Amino acid sequence: MTTPVKLLDFITILPVIFLAAWACLLLLVDLWVKHKRVTAYLAALGLAIGLGLLWYQAAWIGNAGFNHMVVLDGFSVFVNALLLLSGLLGIALAYGYLRRMGIERGEFYPLVLFSLSGMMLMAQAADLIVVFLSLEFLSIPLYVLTAFAYPKAASEEAGLKYFLLGAFAGGFVVYGIALVYGAAATTALDGIIAAVAEGRANLSLLVSGAALILVGLGFKVAIVPFHMWTPDAYQGAPSAVTAFMSSAAKLAGFAALVRIFALAFSSLSDDLIPILWGLSALTMLVGNLLAIPQTNIKRMLAYSSIAHAGYILMAFTAFGNPGVAEVSIAAVLFYLAAYTVTNYGAWGVVILLERAGDLGLEIGGYAGLGRKYPALAACMTIFMLSLIGLPPTLGLVGKFYLFRAVIAADLIPLAVIGVLTSLISAWYYLRVVVNMYMRTGDPEISPEPWALTITGLMAILTVLVSLLPGWLFFLASQARLNLF
Amino acid sequence: MVPIEYYLILSVVLFAMGAAGVLARRNALIIFMSIELMLNAANLAFVTFARQYGQLDGQVFVFFVIAAAAAEVAVGLALIVMIFRSKHSIDVDQMSSLRE
Amino acid sequence: MPNPWVFIGLFIIIAAIIPIGAIVVALILGPKKPNPIKQSTYECGLETVGDSLVQFKAQYYVFALAFLIFDVEAVFLFPWAIAMNKMPLYVALEGVIFIVILVAGLVYTWRKGALEWV
Repeated sequence: MTTPVKLLDFITILPVIFLAAWACLLLLVDLWVKHKRVTAYLAALGLAIGLGLLWYQAAWIGNAGFNHMVVLDGFSVFVNALLLLSGLLGIALAYGYLRRMGIERGEFYPLVLFSLSGMMLMAQAADLIVVFLSLEFLSIPLYVLTAFAYPKAASEEAGLKYFLLGAFAGGFVVYGIALVYGAAATTALDGIIAAVAEGRANLSLLVSGAALILVGLGFKVAIVPFHMWTPDAYQGAPSAVTAFMSSAAKLAGFAALVRIFALAFSSLSDDLIPILWGLSALTMLVGNLLAIPQTNIKRMLAYSSIAHAGYILMAFTAFGNPGVAEVSIAAVLFYLAAYTVTNYGAWGVVILLERAGDLGLEIGGYAGLGRKYPALAACMTIFMLSLIGLPPTLGLVGKFYLFRAVIAADLIPLAVIGVLTSLISAWYYLRVVVNMYMRTGDPEISPEPWALTITGLMAILTVLVSLLPGWLFFLASQARLNLF
Repeated sequence: MVPIEYYLILSVVLFAMGAAGVLARRNALIIFMSIELMLNAANLAFVTFARQYGQLDGQVFVFFVIAAAAAEVAVGLALIVMIFRSKHSIDVDQMSSLRE
Repeated sequence: MPNPWVFIGLFIIIAAIIPIGAIVVALILGPKKPNPIKQSTYECGLETVGDSLVQFKAQYYVFALAFLIFDVEAVFLFPWAIAMNKMPLYVALEGVIFIVILVAGLVYTWRKGALEWV
């Protein structure tokens, strides 16, 4: 039944192998490197080579590797390209920030690369064993990164909280996988599909397993009521880590969620739709409502990230409906791309304004930014508009596709909740804009070339791509899920 | 033969004990031990199913869970030691540097 | 075949007997001539300084954690070593790569000074 490993198997996960190996080497090289900037550039070089390998690998789309443990399909290439880009953005934002905060330690970059290779493997996983392993592989470096500002108490505590709840979630995922294995006698996604189709699977066991996996992955992507760690971890972690974590980890978590549920558990959708419906409605409401009273920008963006997980989950609720599934997955991918761009931009502004000792993080501290640094304030305004979903930004286009998928699936009440909570979100996002332009103050920024470049670039992308979103949506809809 | 169900019931009980421990206890180390209990409950379920189906897959999975759990233990304990050194306490309720 | 519960019962009994037995035997057979030196805290032959309920050096934990990792990762080496004669070359090589990664970890620990006893 099992076939021997061929060269093709290694090609299917070439970027992952390369990135993990590069991270190992970088960890050792860093020991003898005096200037940690060299490590940063080497890490960025590794990510660039990874992108090249992804390009090369794309010629083999349509192959499974290692006895169907991993697959290489359009979906995984799309997600992996986004992940590699977000790794590059994360390193660029961290480059000056770490030095300024006095936490410039060489391990940062290998840890980011390790975490990224776990995330990329997760996007390709076609067997629950690989899902679990990549989940651990992406999470463990993130725990360390969250506590990276050690010995700062807030960062240590954030690390411990994230670790305890992340490991807790990992326990749910493992137990869910055990139940699925018990139900279908296999952990391979194609095996599960076959077992369900032939009626061999124990359906009640399968549903409970799927529910536990949903809980575990829900923790990772911060879905209410599994979001408790998010505000603390996002606030306590160094801002550059939060930027990376909130974009890339969310991307990987949703990639796994989409692949597992849309493929292996699509037959369970009748049982799961009410659960997903409730979770996404709850996530949108709680995330947006709790964001309102926040005065700390990091905490506000943390709740905003919870709310956005809710919007994405909303589009995905219809995953079992064969007519809509494809559109809804494309909408999810597009929104993840849009969110990554906007999110990195917003965190870039936060990083530019943050000063050592947790200063410059209060939303009130943004007062007067419009007068003193008009360009930066304009960028922040664009990101806030995009997070609300107003024109002329990517957020609007992304939300349009999300709502189109939800309405096509005939889940009108859910769409109404989505629109209403978007209106609520305008309250706290616009408060930042009001602060920047209508109040007087004297904010200080740290002009770091990389962070400034990234912020500007993301603002331009947010506007430009929203004017011509067709090609990105085309790419997203080409990113088909497959098991081969 | 001890019926398969008995092993599964034991595994469910262990998992529930672990989950309850995480939610009820306030000491980071004990929370951590409860999480290990959850993982081992899953391991027991894997081995049981593997035996029921006469496959090795489930047993191999247990290997991976053990190895990943060890990596987690190393990072987790390092975090706990670090916090204990600065705060002399590992009570999660006392970790209030971050606002609720 | 006897009732399988017999084995479980036997397991429980043996698991209880071994530690209890060891303690009891030590109590019965061991000579009891206490003196202040014997009753002091045992610390690798060195003279004990201060209370025994002190905070340990972080160094102890680093050693223990490093040991833990290398110890548990050996779980993959046992099946690999046993199947050595039957496996194709690439599987043997993958095992070697696994060991090389562990060695890289060791080099990192060593270079970071975590193995120095200070």
